[in-house]
Amino acid sequence: MALLDEANQVRTEEMLLNVGPQHPSTHGVFRLLVKISGETILDADPVIGYLHRGTEKLAEDLQYTQIIPYTDRLDYLAAMLNNYAFCHTVEEALDIQVPERAEYLRVILMEMQRIASHLLFIGTYLLDLGAMSPFLYVFQERERIVQLFNEISGARMTYNFMRIGGVKYDAPPGWLDKVRAFVPFMREKIKMYDSLITGNEIFLDRTRGVGVYDAETALAYGMSGINLRSTGFDWDLRRKKPYSIYDRFDFAVPLGQHGDCFDRYYLHLLEMGESLKIVEQALEQIPDTGPVLGKVPRLIRIPAGEYYSGIEGARGELGFFIVSDGKDKPYRLKIRKPSFVNLQLLPQLLRGQNIANLIAILGAVDIVLGEVDA
Amino acid sequence: MDWLWQWHNVGLTWLPFLGMVIGAVIVLLIGLGVVTYEIYFERKVLGWMQGRIGPNRVGPLGLFQSFADILKLLIKEDVVPEKADRSLFLLAPVIAFIPSFMVLAVIPFSRTHVFTANLSIGALYYLALSAITIHGVMLGGWASNNKYALIGGMRSAAQMLSYEIPLGLSLVGVVLMAGSLNLNDIVAAQRTWWFVIPQILGFLVFLVAATAELNRTPFDLPEAESELVAGYHVEYTGFRFAFFMLTEYLYMFAMAGLAATLFLGGWLGPWLPGWLWFAIKVAAFIFFQFWLRATMPRLRVDQLMSFSWKVLLPVALLNLVITAVVKAWV
Repeated sequence: MALLDEANQVRTEEMLLNVGPQHPSTHGVFRLLVKISGETILDADPVIGYLHRGTEKLAEDLQYTQIIPYTDRLDYLAAMLNNYAFCHTVEEALDIQVPERAEYLRVILMEMQRIASHLLFIGTYLLDLGAMSPFLYVFQERERIVQLFNEISGARMTYNFMRIGGVKYDAPPGWLDKVRAFVPFMREKIKMYDSLITGNEIFLDRTRGVGVYDAETALAYGMSGINLRSTGFDWDLRRKKPYSIYDRFDFAVPLGQHGDCFDRYYLHLLEMGESLKIVEQALEQIPDTGPVLGKVPRLIRIPAGEYYSGIEGARGELGFFIVSDGKDKPYRLKIRKPSFVNLQLLPQLLRGQNIANLIAILGAVDIVLGEVDA
Repeated sequence: MDWLWQWHNVGLTWLPFLGMVIGAVIVLLIGLGVVTYEIYFERKVLGWMQGRIGPNRVGPLGLFQSFADILKLLIKEDVVPEKADRSLFLLAPVIAFIPSFMVLAVIPFSRTHVFTANLSIGALYYLALSAITIHGVMLGGWASNNKYALIGGMRSAAQMLSYEIPLGLSLVGVVLMAGSLNLNDIVAAQRTWWFVIPQILGFLVFLVAATAELNRTPFDLPEAESELVAGYHVEYTGFRFAFFMLTEYLYMFAMAGLAATLFLGGWLGPWLPGWLWFAIKVAAFIFFQFWLRATMPRLRVDQLMSFSWKVLLPVALLNLVITAVVKAWV
C-alpha cells in the first residue's frame, strides 16, 4: 500500500500539444491544439484560416464568368466539380439550356475528377497510417486522369474549363477513346487496391471501430457525402436531387454500416467503381457532334433574388448561394464547403482517443484546406 | 601465422593487441561501408517497389548518394535548441551510438572470425549492450525539450523494453539447443541443420521482435512521421542526427548478423566461402526489412504493447518449454 500511496503523489500534468500548421499529417495548414494526458486526448481545439483568401468577398467584385477560376482554388483536388457547381447555380438562376454534348462531357469530367480525388484520399490516408507505398501508387493512376484533363483543358490542376452554358473546348480527336481505355485499366487498379489494402490486418485494426458516430449526429452537424453515408444514411444528391443528366445513368450509392474510419475508406473505394460505371455509360450515350457552349448573353446579369444549388462533390454537398441585386456581379456569394462542415464534429470525435487515432480520424474526414479556409 | 587466427586465446601482449586494434578498425570500416550501402539500397529497393527510380544522380547509378548525404550532414550547423538540456542533448547521440558498434564485436563474420571476439557469452553481450541504446534514445527525446521528441522517446523506451523480452526468450531456445552462449559455438552446432528448422517458432518471434527493436515499419512508432513528425530526433541536426541514423542502420546490420548466426547457420554453407554465405544471409534479412517497409502500415501504440505481452511473450515461452522438454528427452 505504501508503494501505491507514493505513486499517487507523483504530480502529473496535462500537456498542450500543438499539431500543425506545419505538420505532415494535417493535409495542409490545419492546426489543432490538443490537450493530452499521456497519449490520451482530453480536448482538441481546431484552428483554421491559414489559407484564407477571402474568395467569397473577392467574388463580390467579379463578373460571374470571372468567378470560375476562383472556384478552381477552393478544393484544388476536385476543381472540375467546383467549376461545375458554380456554373450550374448560375445556369439554374438564368434557366440556361446546356447542349447535350457539353452535359455529357461535364459528367465524364466530373466523375473522373471524383475518382482522382478519391484516389488521393486513399493514398494520403494510408500515408497517415504509416504505409508509404500506396501514396506513390495512386499518383500513377491520378497522373493518367490529369493527363486526360490536360489534353482537354490545357491545365493539370486548376482547369477553369467549365463555362456558364457549357464547356470551354470540345474534346480533341481521340480523347474519348482514351477515356474509354482508361475505364478497364482503372477497374483493375481498384481491384488491386482492394486486395492490397482492405485485407491488411494492421489497417483493419487501425480503422475498425475508430472515430464512430451515428447518422443522427452526422445530420445534426450537417455532414454530407461519404462522411454521412458511412453511417448508413442514404443521401446522395446525384440520386436525391438529380442535377445535370444523372437521372439517365444506372449506378449504386454505396452505404456504410458502422460509421467508422474503415467504412469511410471503403466507401471511397466503392464510389470509384460507381463513378467508372457512370463514365462508361456516358461514353456510350454521348452524341458524336454538337455544340459544347449554349446560348448565353454576353454580359451575364442575374435577376435580383437568392439562388442556391448544391451538387454531390467529392467530399459532400458542394453548394453555391448567390444573392443578386440584378447587377453583373453577385451582391453576396456564399459557398457551402463540405470539408468545412464535415470538420466540425472533429473535437467531439477526438476526446478520449489517443494521438495515433487523432491522425486516423482526421485523415478519414478527408479535408482539403483550400476549401475549409476558402 | 598461427597467432593471427588465434589471437583471442593468447595472453595480452603487444602483438595481439596490435592485431585487436587492426581488427577493430577493419570492423569499423566494414560497419560504415555496410551502413552506407544499406541506406543506398533501402532507397533504391523502396523506389523499385513504389514505381520510382530512387537515387541515380551522384556517381554511376547513384552509388555515391549516401556519401554525399553524409558529407552534407557533417558540414551542417550543429544546432542545440536554447531550452534544451545542453549536456544531455549533446551526449545522447553518443550513448545511443557507441553500443551499436560494440555489438559488432561478437558477430562472427566468417569461419576464422579473425576480426571479431570469441566471447563465451556472446549472445548475452549483444542483448546487454543493445539495451544501452534505449537510454540514448530516451535521453535524446527528453533533453530536446520538445513535446513530440518527448512522446517519441517515451514510446521508444516502452517499445524497446517490451520487445527485448520476447527477443531474449527467442534467443534462449537457440542457446538451449546449442548448449552455449558463444556465437561461434552456436554456428558450429548448426552443421547438421540450421536452427531455423527446429526453432521455427522462435525464429518467427525473433523476426517480429527484431523488427520492433529496430524501430522499423510496422513498428516504427517512435519516429512515426505522420504523428510525431520525426519522434525523438526531431530537434537534432547535422552530424548528431547522423549519429542517430547511423545507430539505426548499424543495428539493422548487427541484428541481421545475429539472425544469420542464430538461426540461419551463420557462415555455414556449401561451395561458397563462409564470409560470402554470411553476407548473403545478412542481405536477405535486411531486404526483408525493406520489403516490410514498403508493404505495411503502422501499428497503434496500445496494439503494439498488447501484441508484445499477449502474443509474442506467450509464444516465446511456449517455444522455450517445448525446446527444453525435447532437449531433456532426446
